[in-house]
Amino acid sequence: MNKPNLLDRRNVVASLLAGRKDAVVVGGLGASTYDIAAAGDHDRNFYLWGAMGGAVMIGLGVALAQPKLPVVVITGDGEMLMGMGSLATVGLQKPSNLTIVVLDNEVYGETGGQASHTASVADLVGVARACGISDARALSTMAEIEVYARSIQDVASGPRFASIKIDSANLERVLSSRDGQYTVTRIRGALGFAPI
Amino acid sequence: MRARSEAAAQTTPETAETDSWPDDIFAILQRFDVRQVPYVPDAGHSQLIERVLATPAMRAVPLTTEEEGVALLAGAWAGGQRGVLLMQSSGVGNCVNMLSLTQVFRFPFLTLVTMRGEWGEFNPWQVPMGSSTAGVFELCGIKVLRASHAGEVAEVVEAAAGQVYNACTSTAVLLSQRLIGAKVFTK
Repeated sequence: MNKPNLLDRRNVVASLLAGRKDAVVVGGLGASTYDIAAAGDHDRNFYLWGAMGGAVMIGLGVALAQPKLPVVVITGDGEMLMGMGSLATVGLQKPSNLTIVVLDNEVYGETGGQASHTASVADLVGVARACGISDARALSTMAEIEVYARSIQDVASGPRFASIKIDSANLERVLSSRDGQYTVTRIRGALGFAPI
Repeated sequence: MRARSEAAAQTTPETAETDSWPDDIFAILQRFDVRQVPYVPDAGHSQLIERVLATPAMRAVPLTTEEEGVALLAGAWAGGQRGVLLMQSSGVGNCVNMLSLTQVFRFPFLTLVTMRGEWGEFNPWQVPMGSSTAGVFELCGIKVLRASHAGEVAEVVEAAAGQVYNACTSTAVLLSQRLIGAKVFTK
């Protein structure tokens, strides 16, 4: 779907993560993980290459274990639709340090650009709010995203959910490590946990 | 054949002694410093879930579907905490793709599964998934242990927790319907 003035996903993610400090960042499989890698590799990046529908729950697990750290899940509309129930689970747990950002291009970009449910009927902001995440909003300008990036650091006022409509252009893949053991061991190391 | 009580409070005096096994499981989870306990409710787990909900050091996380629990425990491990997933056998099929995480991350995955679809089952809809539960886990690279009598629950769960948390060997403990009792359907 071609709409004017949609944001560039790489600019959005770079802006969200520019002042990330100690945040742990979970990237949903596909383009979201490439966006996070493009913003710069980091030992607290949790890259996913599968487990579709699981990004929010992985973020919730980290957020409950590390309540003083900002935890940010950045994922796509297709991945979020597959794990929509996890928004109700987050709404029940109310982790105040968790932020969920959906980069919504309204298509399954990795598989040929087939339309997703958000292109026509599904309102993810409404779903998140109806699941008990009261800070649920749509962001549509880079100025709003810069302000939002600062709010991510506030670990006392979440959970929060944002949907950002982005341009559906397929960008060059920026490949992160796809070794899950390496990724998790590196995050644990950065948080002070030794291998078994 | 034992009948399953609908809730712990309805446990009859003659079965009260054997129903101490959920307390045995709880004590083992405490000793292994388990902190996150995602679950989809099952009557067979009700006593254990109540103990977890009453314990500030443990976080009970009700799920909308069981696969959420697999992903949650992967995140918990990355964040430095151990967990256990409580579910019924019918939920195991819901987890299949997410169980990939146990091999991709090699994180300590323990699940305690109350069995349906066996040992005097009334409901035919429970039988297909109950019959394939152990096979599904094995195909997904998860070790399977089983407890069928109250007296062996502690020993089996202890062994499972040991190999999960000490050796990162993903393990499912199947709690037999013979142990928890077949659900009685009355009009």
